[in-house]
Amino acid sequence: MPSFLSQKDYLDRKELSAIQLERLQRIVRHAYEHSPFYTKAFDAMGLKPEDIRALDDIVKLPFTQKTDLRDNYPYGLNAVPRSEIVRLHASSGTTGKPIVVSYTRDDLETWSETAARCFLMGGVTPDDVAVISYGYSLFTGGMGAHQGMERVGATVIPQGGGNSEKLLMLIQDLQITVICCTPSFFVHLMEVAGKVGFDLKGSSLRHGFFGAEPWTDEMRRHIEEGTGIIAHDIFGLSEIMGPGVAGGCDAHAGLHIFEDHYYPEIVDPATGVALPPGEEGELVLTTLDKWAMPLLRYRTHDITRLHYEPCSCGRTLVRMDPIRRRSDDMLIIRGVNLFPSQVEALLLPIKGIVPHYELVVTRTGAMDDLEIRVEVTPELFGDQVSVLEALQKEISSKIKGMIGINARVSLVEPGAIARSDGKTRHVIDKRFNK
Amino acid sequence: MKIRQLSIFLENRAGRLAGVTKILGDAGIDILAISVADTTDFGILRVLVDDGEKAAEALKAQEIVCRLTDVSVVSVEGIPGGLAKVLETINASGVNIEYMYAVSQKKLPNPLMVFRFSDDPKARAALENAGVKLIDEEELF
Repeated sequence: MPSFLSQKDYLDRKELSAIQLERLQRIVRHAYEHSPFYTKAFDAMGLKPEDIRALDDIVKLPFTQKTDLRDNYPYGLNAVPRSEIVRLHASSGTTGKPIVVSYTRDDLETWSETAARCFLMGGVTPDDVAVISYGYSLFTGGMGAHQGMERVGATVIPQGGGNSEKLLMLIQDLQITVICCTPSFFVHLMEVAGKVGFDLKGSSLRHGFFGAEPWTDEMRRHIEEGTGIIAHDIFGLSEIMGPGVAGGCDAHAGLHIFEDHYYPEIVDPATGVALPPGEEGELVLTTLDKWAMPLLRYRTHDITRLHYEPCSCGRTLVRMDPIRRRSDDMLIIRGVNLFPSQVEALLLPIKGIVPHYELVVTRTGAMDDLEIRVEVTPELFGDQVSVLEALQKEISSKIKGMIGINARVSLVEPGAIARSDGKTRHVIDKRFNK
Repeated sequence: MKIRQLSIFLENRAGRLAGVTKILGDAGIDILAISVADTTDFGILRVLVDDGEKAAEALKAQEIVCRLTDVSVVSVEGIPGGLAKVLETINASGVNIEYMYAVSQKKLPNPLMVFRFSDDPKARAALENAGVKLIDEEELF
């Protein structure tokens, strides 16, 4: 018998659509009336909230882009007075200004609810002891998973990641049954356990909820076979809410989106035209009841498909395929976002030029490795080895300062980096290509 | 009195040295001296050629990164202790040697060495005072 919260996962689709429409109309009016950003956007298009009469009318709404959040930093998209905002989070690992997201008390309630439904879907109960090994602080991962677990009623331990040996001790001593962390951190934990002779398979751990970075079926098998736990998917993004926008069920047939709160669409990433169900395209999300910072038709740049057929688990919520690639060239390395434009911004000041470069990401065991290949230009070239080695060090220390990752910098000859149609592909992600 | 040397950036992989020397050969360039400084990733090929400008053009046409640098060519006495005398003189002058390599030639009787100094005028003055002969381009080619 599903709990009260989980019953919302099984709504009749007609009933669900009615809820979605009512909430969509309400949030569109709220955004138009209280967010200066949307007032301006609607007026420029000659659009009124009452033009949204059916769910299909959502395509009339303007898209919201990540750049809109940057341009209106930090409070420009807010639609409530400051006194109603009880929490801020911010994006991690970018140069310049981060993206700041605001929450009202009700928003935090909704977020806790959807994160909780994600954990309930995986089988967590109030009898579980859950450790949160996502980072806390500005990043939404730690707090988001924490609140969701508390909502389920599990015993929650805010460990915050890192310090693997201590974490193993906690698992043993506190009889931890559930862990929330990035999949790469967990694989790292497995390696540490192997080294110190800790038997994860014989431990109390039963469930893992892994998100904040893309992972593969091979990793799932590796984790499940290596430790005997069940590895669950959890998906979210801070712009929309945080972890718990969607989650995997036992059928392992994609991730159920909590669409009574987050309305999904798939559009052609190039044209923005909405695509029919089942087709692959860019995921676009509308927050149906987020009051502090409502986002309409937010372009996630994540490429996936939506499946509306009933799931074998019995839930009626739409399923999305796990995210394996993006429509832009954003990389997620060890949970940190990196755009090639950020690398360009740090290459430019060195000699006033941006040489041809590419970012190559590989995965060895648990660790993602970043290599930056840079074509040497006459401006960058010096006739001494020390000059070129200093250049390598300068680039890698700037990267380290920006995203905290040790990147290997390789200097290559002009023409060594492949160009297609005269344009260089800046990102080679070898983690998911077999 | 200074001599122009051509420095060439190369990735450290098979066939690159052959490729560059072929371009120079096809352009009718004569190589008098050659040296490679390498790391695991890349190397810098340094050559003394009879026509540096022409060689640089031929390489740039093939998108190869190179640069002309001024170096000094020193005539070393072909006897035991000949090179040591030159190096001691440089050391006494307080100048560092960035790099050095030998020239292969039959035109002049004494062995020749190419030097890049941290302070070229100072090193050259010290060598001249010690009676060490510096070679100019006309003598070399």
